[in-house]
Amino acid sequence: MILLFVSLFSFSVNSNAKSITLGWAAWDPANALQELTKEFTAETGIEVNFEFVPWPNFADRMLNELNNKGKTFDLLIGDSQWIGAGAVYGHYVKLNDFFDKEGISMSDFSPATVYAYSTWPKGSKNYYALPAMGDALAWAYRKDWFDRPELRSEFKKKHGYDLGVPANWNQLHDMCSFFQGREIDGQKRYGAAINTERGSEGITMGVTAAMYAWGMEYENPNKPYDMEGYFNSPQAVEAVEFYRKLYEDCAPPGHSDAYMVANLDAYKSGQVAFQMNWYAFWPGVSKEDSDGRVSGFFANPKQNVAAATLGGQGISVVKYSDKQDLALEYIKWFARPDVQQKWWDLGGYSCHNDVLNSPSFPTSTVYAQGFLDSMGIVKDFWQEPTFVELMLPMQEAIHDYVVNGKGTAKGALDKIIEEWVEVFEADGKL
Amino acid sequence: MSVKKKFKGLSDKAVGWLFIGPTVLLLLAINIYPLVYAIKMSFTNFYANKIGREPQFVGLKNYIKVLNKEAIWEKMQVTASFMFWTLLLQAIIGLGLALLLNRKFKGNELLTTLIVLPMMLSPAVVGVFWTYLYNPQVGLFNYVVNFFYDLGSFDMIGSSTLAPWAIVIVDTWMWTPFTMLICLAGLRSVPNYLYEAAEVDRASKWQQFIYITLPSVLPFLLLALLFRGIENFKMFDMVVELTSGGPGSATELASINLKREAFEKWKTGYSSAFAVILFVTIFGFGNVYVKVMNKIKER
Repeated sequence: MILLFVSLFSFSVNSNAKSITLGWAAWDPANALQELTKEFTAETGIEVNFEFVPWPNFADRMLNELNNKGKTFDLLIGDSQWIGAGAVYGHYVKLNDFFDKEGISMSDFSPATVYAYSTWPKGSKNYYALPAMGDALAWAYRKDWFDRPELRSEFKKKHGYDLGVPANWNQLHDMCSFFQGREIDGQKRYGAAINTERGSEGITMGVTAAMYAWGMEYENPNKPYDMEGYFNSPQAVEAVEFYRKLYEDCAPPGHSDAYMVANLDAYKSGQVAFQMNWYAFWPGVSKEDSDGRVSGFFANPKQNVAAATLGGQGISVVKYSDKQDLALEYIKWFARPDVQQKWWDLGGYSCHNDVLNSPSFPTSTVYAQGFLDSMGIVKDFWQEPTFVELMLPMQEAIHDYVVNGKGTAKGALDKIIEEWVEVFEADGKL
Repeated sequence: MSVKKKFKGLSDKAVGWLFIGPTVLLLLAINIYPLVYAIKMSFTNFYANKIGREPQFVGLKNYIKVLNKEAIWEKMQVTASFMFWTLLLQAIIGLGLALLLNRKFKGNELLTTLIVLPMMLSPAVVGVFWTYLYNPQVGLFNYVVNFFYDLGSFDMIGSSTLAPWAIVIVDTWMWTPFTMLICLAGLRSVPNYLYEAAEVDRASKWQQFIYITLPSVLPFLLLALLFRGIENFKMFDMVVELTSGGPGSATELASINLKREAFEKWKTGYSSAFAVILFVTIFGFGNVYVKVMNKIKER
């Protein structure tokens, strides 16, 4: 009996020693990763425990953990904006030596994802993450409604062009407002479920989709952190005004604090013709529409330039982990092209060139081409270590203008710059 | 067996300390120490997320910054308005309900239990389900309002005019039962002979209410409002779940702003100063209020 107890105990100790914990957001791709990781465990005997945190609390939970030098996570799939803080404050292990030793080359991954998810300072050769989940903000639309002859002819009569994938934001507005309040199959429908969330990053991710398309730059390319005339340029102001117009004319009633799940719900329940969301959700939308009749997908429309808001994450080893060797083993396995192909097949968005450049990739799903197009035009929010301090004033000012209808777009952008200057000054950047 | 025998060799005072010691230690560890630490931090430029960066003494800079920041005063205004309306409504409705339930009628106990239910719920849960009740498309609230008076589609939490009322309504719905219970306790402590004497003196019901009921129940009502005032000054979870402080900053209470400054922006020094200011404010108001309350009781 004692022997049995001892052997059971030692087994449990061993199994604990050969286990790691991975932290990520709670969403569809995380479930796909969990499925994929079973193969890693089968190959290596290393158990991987997962802790998935709901999106609204994701940043709070993970950044608190890192700031407290917590050992809960060995691996973290953190948002692209965290890379600056991860590197500067020493939360993430620098992976250059490991990549060199294991023959993992960053040139095997899509350049946009390496730049966004792995490097700090941006564009340098210092790598703190392996691109794990490519993502960008895109659009889904009700193809089945678009295919109805009576709606098509009514739209063409009204606007003089065909109802279809919008070529720019003006067309997007035309189409969204066309569906606003329209009765289809006995139900009242609305135009578009767009990002309006106030608490974390929602409305910023939404409005920047428009601002990037209008050609907004955060700063003077020749003078870092000089934002006057760039972030509040006439184009940027016009984009913010347009986003408010889109919200006022096309959002369903009560869509005043909505982000990923709320947009998805509004779309799935048949309330809206369009939804703005991350590519990460398209496998789920597509799965319920096996013959592709109901939903179509497209990359963020251009206005003055082609651009899309970057999402996605890299996978990093947490500096405070006692099991860095096991965590690195996971990264080594995850970087393998065959694993990356399975990752895509399961619904994850691989950033590996072998997957993305495969001739069959663009037709592998209905949204694959859009994903490829988007990843070539992505732009991200500040990735500075102080990105949360930069995000919060933008959330407040944009929500105040777009949802609350308070003030002017120029006033909101000026106010944001004012707050950002204060943040950069406190950080010694200005 | 007497306490003295059990703790042989210990004085009564020592035994007393033995009993209250753990509580005092706990209080020192989780209340007093953080308070002192926060006061210390409020004089520095400390950022809790900037590892390795030593905090520097900045004197009163953080306090000056907080007090000169227009946005802070806006949040204080939002908090004051929220407190004023919730306390007013809870006082009136709570007292009204207590007067109603103080009468004997069939189903009194069942009704009391039903009225008390909302305050037993978690504020976060209340916040979440009221977002559904307020939904302009499927929410019960809008349906009920439109049933009585057709306002068409309106968004309680998406409009800067209505959102402050949305949080006031939810807090009033949730916490009026608390005020009611305390008032009910007050009402039941009023001796019947006072009313009998008033009847003999031919006092009207209104006079009985003004000269007997109200003075008797007032100290209880004021106590309930003190508790509610302190709670609402710190209100966080329900409002975050319901509006996230929005639209824009229309419902961003001081406590929500403090959390954002302290644990999202990680401006530890600055937010400590803000926290100290809030603490002094509520402590000061609380003290004045208690003194006024005691004077009313003495009357």
